[in-house]
Amino acid sequence: MSSEFKIPEKKNISSKTKFLAFGLFGLGLLLSIIAFVVDSHRALANYNVIFTFLVSIAVGNLFWFAIEYLSGAVWSTVMRRVNEIFISFIPVVFVIGLLVLFNTHSIFHWAHEEAVKNDKLLQWKSPYLNEQFFTIRYFIYFLLWILFAYLVLKNSLKQDDVKDQIYSYKNSKISALFLPIFAITLTFFSIDFLMSTEPHWFSTIFGVYYFAGTALSSIAIVTLAVILLHEKGYFGDILKSDHFYNLGALLFAFINFWAYIAFSQFLLIWYANLPEETFWMIHRWEKGWEIFSFILIFGHFLIPYFSLLSQQAKSNLGRLKFMSIWILVMHYVDLYWLVMPSLYKEVVFGWIELSFVLLGIGITLLVFVFRFERIKNIIPVGDPKLKRSLEFHL
Amino acid sequence: MENKPLYSVAATFDDVNKLIKAVDKVNEAGYTIYDVHSPYPIHGMPKAMKLKPSKLGFVTLIFGLSGAIFAFLFMYWVNVIDYPLIVGGKPFYQLPAYIPVMFEVTVLSASVFTIVWMLFIMFKFPNLSHPLLDTDYMKKVSVDRYGISIQAKDELFDLVKVKEFLKELGAEEVFEIYFKVDELKDKPKIFDKKFISFLALTTVIVSGITYFILNHLLFMSPFNWMHEQFRVDPQTTTTVFKDNFGMRNPVAGTVARGHLPYPFKGNPADAEKFLVNPLIPTKQVLELGKQKYLTFCSPCHGNFGEGDSRLRGQFPNPPTLHSDKLRNMKDGGIYHIITDGQNVMPSYASQITEEERWAIVHYIRVLQRSLNPKESDLR
Repeated sequence: MSSEFKIPEKKNISSKTKFLAFGLFGLGLLLSIIAFVVDSHRALANYNVIFTFLVSIAVGNLFWFAIEYLSGAVWSTVMRRVNEIFISFIPVVFVIGLLVLFNTHSIFHWAHEEAVKNDKLLQWKSPYLNEQFFTIRYFIYFLLWILFAYLVLKNSLKQDDVKDQIYSYKNSKISALFLPIFAITLTFFSIDFLMSTEPHWFSTIFGVYYFAGTALSSIAIVTLAVILLHEKGYFGDILKSDHFYNLGALLFAFINFWAYIAFSQFLLIWYANLPEETFWMIHRWEKGWEIFSFILIFGHFLIPYFSLLSQQAKSNLGRLKFMSIWILVMHYVDLYWLVMPSLYKEVVFGWIELSFVLLGIGITLLVFVFRFERIKNIIPVGDPKLKRSLEFHL
Repeated sequence: MENKPLYSVAATFDDVNKLIKAVDKVNEAGYTIYDVHSPYPIHGMPKAMKLKPSKLGFVTLIFGLSGAIFAFLFMYWVNVIDYPLIVGGKPFYQLPAYIPVMFEVTVLSASVFTIVWMLFIMFKFPNLSHPLLDTDYMKKVSVDRYGISIQAKDELFDLVKVKEFLKELGAEEVFEIYFKVDELKDKPKIFDKKFISFLALTTVIVSGITYFILNHLLFMSPFNWMHEQFRVDPQTTTTVFKDNFGMRNPVAGTVARGHLPYPFKGNPADAEKFLVNPLIPTKQVLELGKQKYLTFCSPCHGNFGEGDSRLRGQFPNPPTLHSDKLRNMKDGGIYHIITDGQNVMPSYASQITEEERWAIVHYIRVLQRSLNPKESDLR
């Protein structure tokens, strides 16, 4: 094979897409503001769902970025810039989360002083679950995430100009440092923002559960973005079906991983049958919430499992595109299923939820477009692994 | 040589690119039954040969699914139909508990049967020979040459044409490969003597090793399986107590539960006078008495208390229980005889509990009344 390869020139995003991004964001924002006025309690809960979803995507991509450096993966180098675009979401997500931080009262039961006074369990938990410490933890998480994101992105972008492999080495070191910190911060983040919406309940596998969804949804959004960019011709013809096959395989693997963890959590609670644990599951199995549980069983595992099972399906672009959108929707449903039943006895789903979904899509598209405009190359041209990545085959 | 049937015509090439071009040409010429050999895997070769994707995945899928279904049905049969048993307060049919087992059996069945299918259906095991083996062609392509072998089965096959065709493609050497005669005569069978004896030998060796590992090796140190513990065994010494005795006497002035000393030892008169049967002859009590009577008393006194057991004539004859003396004796007297023994009859205190003894007394009364009914019974 020839050693020459064509690096596609970076094209700008069409004004149609920009218009769409602004439109969706504007519409979502407008509807969400109306929702805040109509029912601020429910609006804030939805806002929390969207916030954790964006954290999933942003921090999850930082995880995949670190994994690429640590495992020395070659195939993903060519599409790493897409990862990096999503990593640069982290500061934006930080700002978005501030609204949750200032309104802990309407989302978190433990933030009410009267409630804690009459509740022994909440009193016992109060050294951890109190507003001061909650705020401190929020800043610690995002300080660490933004720090690592800044360091790795700086190195990676600088490598484009300098073309020195020392930056790859530096990034590997930073990634090795980041992964354990990622594990701890993401676990506690999920406990704070998702599990503590029902402060009487606890599950030791919860952090892993949220991580499974995070890893799955972030690989899904990368798959979606890469396929869309590939179809629009941004990547030229450098992406082969083997690249997509790997994306599909990771998607498939983490669909299984999510199901494995979700079932492990359920099975232990079901087997032990302790009232202080089961009430959480029972609550999600009655008064209409069982619809969401069924959607998760079939939509988050069985349907994507069988549609990505065969070898051909994993490199079938149409199938992959559809399934990555499907997975993103399911991750939203998953987070919704975690947060909302804790706050509402009866099932709720309506225009308020959909307006916040619109807002989330709008924010994602908008930040993606802005970030995409600012980067110089769509593939990391200075990376020493790039040549091997372009010639990658299974 | 002419008698031997032709298997294929094979050609070697000295360069990968030549091989790939040749494969393209072979495809264009319309040959379908051919194979390519090389010392290492060549990427993209399946595509160049226009091979269809392997069907083995379907085998895995089908056996995986049937493993899941089998595991589900088996557990359903065991837990619901054949041996319903409540475990942990759960219902008999409990899907969540089945899922881990179904998962395991799915993985096991899928992987094992994929390999079995590959070996026995696809590779035709135990067929260990192939016409290509042990030929000059195979020796070359397993070292530093690349080869194509077009089989004689192919519809377009013609020996002269194929040979010329392969030479045109730039082949280094062209071979004619024949079936080995003896190979055709006696095709390898599953019931071949050699194969069966090989199988038997393997079985013996493997089972011997397994036996040794499971029954001996695993019980040698350091695998002690908690046999060696820091505890006092019966009849051993210990350093815990000053006198080094492992077995201890009961604490002075205490009585073990259910082992109250018998106060009327050697004193049947007082026993008959003071002891009263505490049990009421209910059905349950009588059944207990019957069971214990048949176990402990009937070997000598006979099933119906007539002293007619098979011991009669070999031993001081066991007395009948239907004598006037015994019929008029109070419950306490009979209880005393069971507890303390009488003449040759030993004490049964260590074998039969107090409650059971009283139940036996009730049952003896039933036996006695069956032979000598009271007036009230006759009415």
